[in-house]
Amino acid sequence: MPIVDAFDCSIKYTQIMDADGKIDAALFPKDLDDDKVKQMYIYMCFARALDAKTLSLQRQGRAATFAPLVGEEATQIGVAFGMSEGDILVPSFRQHGILLARGMPLDSYFIYWRGFEEGNKTLKDIGSFPVAVPVGTQMPHGAGAAFAQKYLGTGKAVFAFIGDGGTSEGDFYEAINFAGALGLPLVSVVENNQWAISLPRSRQTAAKTLAQKGIAAGINSVQVDGNDVVAVYKAAKEAAALAREGKPSLIECVTYRMSMHTTSDDPTKYRSGAEVEEWKAKDPISRVRKYLEGKGLWNDSMEKEMAEKQSHDIDEAVAKAEAFKPDPKSIFENLYSFMPQTLKEEEDSALASGFWM
Amino acid sequence: MNVNMVSAINNALALSMEKDDKIVLLGEDIGKDGGVFRVTDGLLDKFGEKRVVDTPLSESGIIGASIGMAASGLRPVPEMQFAGFMFLAFSQLINHATRMRSRTRGSMKVPMVVRTPVSGGVKTLEHHSESPEEYYSHMGGLIVVEPSNPYDAKGLLMRALKMDDPVMFLEPTKLYRLFKQDVPDGPYEIDIGKASYVQKGDAMTIVTYGTMVPVVKNAVEKHGVSADIIDLRTINPIDEATILESAKKTGKVMIVHEASLSFGVGAEISARVAEKAMFELSAPIIRVAAPSLPYPMPGYENYYVPNEKKVESAIDRLLSS
Repeated sequence: MPIVDAFDCSIKYTQIMDADGKIDAALFPKDLDDDKVKQMYIYMCFARALDAKTLSLQRQGRAATFAPLVGEEATQIGVAFGMSEGDILVPSFRQHGILLARGMPLDSYFIYWRGFEEGNKTLKDIGSFPVAVPVGTQMPHGAGAAFAQKYLGTGKAVFAFIGDGGTSEGDFYEAINFAGALGLPLVSVVENNQWAISLPRSRQTAAKTLAQKGIAAGINSVQVDGNDVVAVYKAAKEAAALAREGKPSLIECVTYRMSMHTTSDDPTKYRSGAEVEEWKAKDPISRVRKYLEGKGLWNDSMEKEMAEKQSHDIDEAVAKAEAFKPDPKSIFENLYSFMPQTLKEEEDSALASGFWM
Repeated sequence: MNVNMVSAINNALALSMEKDDKIVLLGEDIGKDGGVFRVTDGLLDKFGEKRVVDTPLSESGIIGASIGMAASGLRPVPEMQFAGFMFLAFSQLINHATRMRSRTRGSMKVPMVVRTPVSGGVKTLEHHSESPEEYYSHMGGLIVVEPSNPYDAKGLLMRALKMDDPVMFLEPTKLYRLFKQDVPDGPYEIDIGKASYVQKGDAMTIVTYGTMVPVVKNAVEKHGVSADIIDLRTINPIDEATILESAKKTGKVMIVHEASLSFGVGAEISARVAEKAMFELSAPIIRVAAPSLPYPMPGYENYYVPNEKKVESAIDRLLSS
C-alpha cells in the first residue's frame, strides 16, 4: 500500500505596509481610502496616549494594576476598523485600544482601571463583553456569543482576542473547535506579542506558528504582521465576511509587547534590551506616519493638534472618572436578579457599621 | 400524569421550550441519544437541531459558550453529562458565571440552567457519583437547586427557566427512576429559595435534600420518631427562615446529606442554627454525611453513602442527648 498525504496544510504570512511605510499596491485593500488610513493612525496614537496616561496614573497610585498595550496598536486598531458596526467584541485584558476605537467612553475606562466594576457597565452599549482576566477563558464566551448571533440571525460577527500564551490554554482550543464544529461566526484574534509575562513565544509551544493551531480545529487560519495596520485590517475584514457565512477564522497578529506585562513586573529581568530595540524599528505607528507624510496627508502641525486634542480628552475623562464616587452597596446588589434574605442581612450589617471603616 | 423524575424534567423542558424560543439545550449526546440518562429524549425530534445541540466533548467550552450565549440574549440549558466531569468547567462557573452580572453592574446577565446528574448509589464508574452542591454554593452568584421528587423537579425547573440568574440544577441519579408521582400535565412553578416540609413532627428537625430525602423518610418511619423533615430543594440561597422556625420549635437539629461531612452544607446549616437559635436548642446539632473522603469505586459505595441505619442511630443519639 502506498503512503498518501492525509492532509496538507500551510500558513500564509501577510505584510502590506513595511516598517518604512512602503506598501504592496497589489495587496493594498481597495476599500481602504486615505481618510480611513488617517483615522486608523489617529486611533493608534490615541491608544498609545491613553496607555501612557494610565501608566502614569498607576505610578502615582491613581490607578490599579494595569496591562499596557504599547507596541500592539496596529493589531487592535486594524481589527477595530475591519469590524462592522454592531459586530461583537470579546476582549482579554489588554484591549483598550480596540475598545477605544469601538467607542468605549473614556471615563468608563478610567473608572475600570481605578478598580471599579461600574467602568464595565457601558461596554454592552458598544457591543463588547467585559475585560476577562483569567487567560483564555473569554474564548468560549466568544463562541457562545457567535452561537447567539447565528441563532438570532443578526448577521453579526464576533471578534475574540487572546494572547500568545493564551493559545496554550484548553479554553482556546475548546472555543475554536466549538466554532468550527458548529459553523459559528467567530473570528479569533491571537495578539501574539511574543511574551507571556516572562515566557518567550519560543518556549510557549513547539508549534512554528500559532495560526496553525486553528488548522487543528478545521478553521480558516492566517498569520499577519501585527504591526502593520493595513494587513491586520484586511485580514479582519476578510475573516468577518467568512464569519457571516458561518466560517470561523483565526488571525495570528505577530506583534511585540514593548512594555511590561503589567505594572507589577519588570521586563528587564527576563529579556534583552537589544530585542526591544529591534522591535522599536518595526514600530506600528511610525510606519503609518511615514506613509501619510509621503502622500502629503500629514504634517507636524496636524500631529501637534491631534496630540493636544487627545491629551485634553484624556484629562477630561480622568477628571470625570476621579469624581466617580463608588457605592459599596453595589457589590451586594448586583449579584442576583433578586436579593436573598441571608445576603440582605450581611449587607445590612455591613452598612449599619459603615463597613467597619 | 404519573411519572418518574426523568419524565418530569423532560416535560418541564418541553413545556418551557414551547413558550420561550430563546431556550437552547446543548451538551454531549443530548440529541439523537437523548442524553445518557434519556432526560432529553424526543426533544430533538420536537424542537430540531437548532435548539437541541449535540456538542463536541468540551465541558469548559460548553459552559463558557453558554455564558456567552446567555449574555447575548439566549437562555441556554447546558447538560453536563456527569457532575464529576463538570469540574473541567469549574473555572467558567466560578470565574465568570458567578460574576458576569456583578462585574457589569447588571448590564449583562447569565440566564442559564446547568443540568447535571449528581450523587451515587447506582454502581457506576469512578467520577459518576459526585455531590458537588457545596462547591457551587460557596462562592455566591450561582443558584443551586436539587429536587428530590418528580413534582418538585418539574416545578423548580420551570421556575429556573424563567430566572435571570445562572442556576445549577442538580438531578440525583438514584432518584431519576426510583419512584413515580402524580404531576400536573400543564405548567406550574415552585419558588426557588424555599424549602418544603416533607412531614411535620415535634421531637426533632431533620434537614436534608436530594438522595437522602427518601432515606431519612424511611428511617424516621421505621424509628417512629415524630420529626419535622425539611427538604431544602434549594441549597443556595438557603431557606434559613424555615430551618430556624423548625429548629426553635423542636430544639433538636440533625442535617443529613450524601456529600462528605467536612466543610459542607451541614456545616453551614449548623453554624446558622448555632448563631441564631443556640439557646433554644436542647441538644448539640448532629450531622450525618458520607465520610470526608472522595467517593470510592462502586464496590465500596455502600460503606460510604449514608443509609437508613446510620440515620436511625443518629436519631437515637439526638433523642438521648
